[in-house]
Amino acid sequence: MDIETIAKKLNLKVKSASDRLKNNVTGGYTGDLLSDVMANSHEGDIWITRQVHQNIVAIATLKEHAGIILVNSCEPARDTLEKAVKENVPIMVSNLPAFELTGKIFNLLAEKK
Amino acid sequence: MVAWNKLKTKVCTTENILYKNSFDIEGGNFSNAGAVSTRIKWILKQIGLPDDVVRKSAIVCYESEINIVSYARKGKINLTVTPKTVEIEVIDEGQGIPNIELAMQQGYSTANQQIREMGFGAGMGLHNIKSYSDTFNISSEVNKGTFLKMIINSP
Repeated sequence: MDIETIAKKLNLKVKSASDRLKNNVTGGYTGDLLSDVMANSHEGDIWITRQVHQNIVAIATLKEHAGIILVNSCEPARDTLEKAVKENVPIMVSNLPAFELTGKIFNLLAEKK
Repeated sequence: MVAWNKLKTKVCTTENILYKNSFDIEGGNFSNAGAVSTRIKWILKQIGLPDDVVRKSAIVCYESEINIVSYARKGKINLTVTPKTVEIEVIDEGQGIPNIELAMQQGYSTANQQIREMGFGAGMGLHNIKSYSDTFNISSEVNKGTFLKMIINSP
């Protein structure tokens, strides 16, 4: 399933890299501790987090995540957005809390399988 | 004679080295944190190492890089790739670690509030570095710096 489909179904606001919405999402990871995300997430994951600072872009780039979704309507910091545009990492914003968003995406990915 | 032997050893080792480089990291600069690790990961991919080796090396480099940014004035990562190993040396000039045993414990961290708010300083860094390496060595001197050497075996 691509990011575009998830973004449409869950009403996500796309903030950066709108040309990368065909990125394939193969799984997901939810977390705000960067070492935990670094160690346990996988390539192709959509990363759900409350962190809005620019280091999330470095993690997503390094781990080759499909994209990042910020929860609870949190906006990315300005330098985060600048970095995301430069590195071509899709950042999206959801008005849902992490628990609900994770559940919905989990179900979407499970349906697809 | 000694010099010749040294040279010979060096020549022999060099033959097996696929790649060797050193990467400088600036302490305190979170805006660039992760850039060196991203570059190293890209290099290892270009060399054609197995995905698992690239993944482990990237985690080890990233955590080391974040440690330098968080706790040291400056540091560097020396990367050496041979057909069977990825060797990662991390050398920094900084506050050092008074109690290595304690620092290795998962969940233990001396990070300040600012670092923790960013989602770093969860006391997982050194633990992750060790668990994703096949060989792990650490030494440190307070107010001087810390030295790490990790080897990740390539199957």
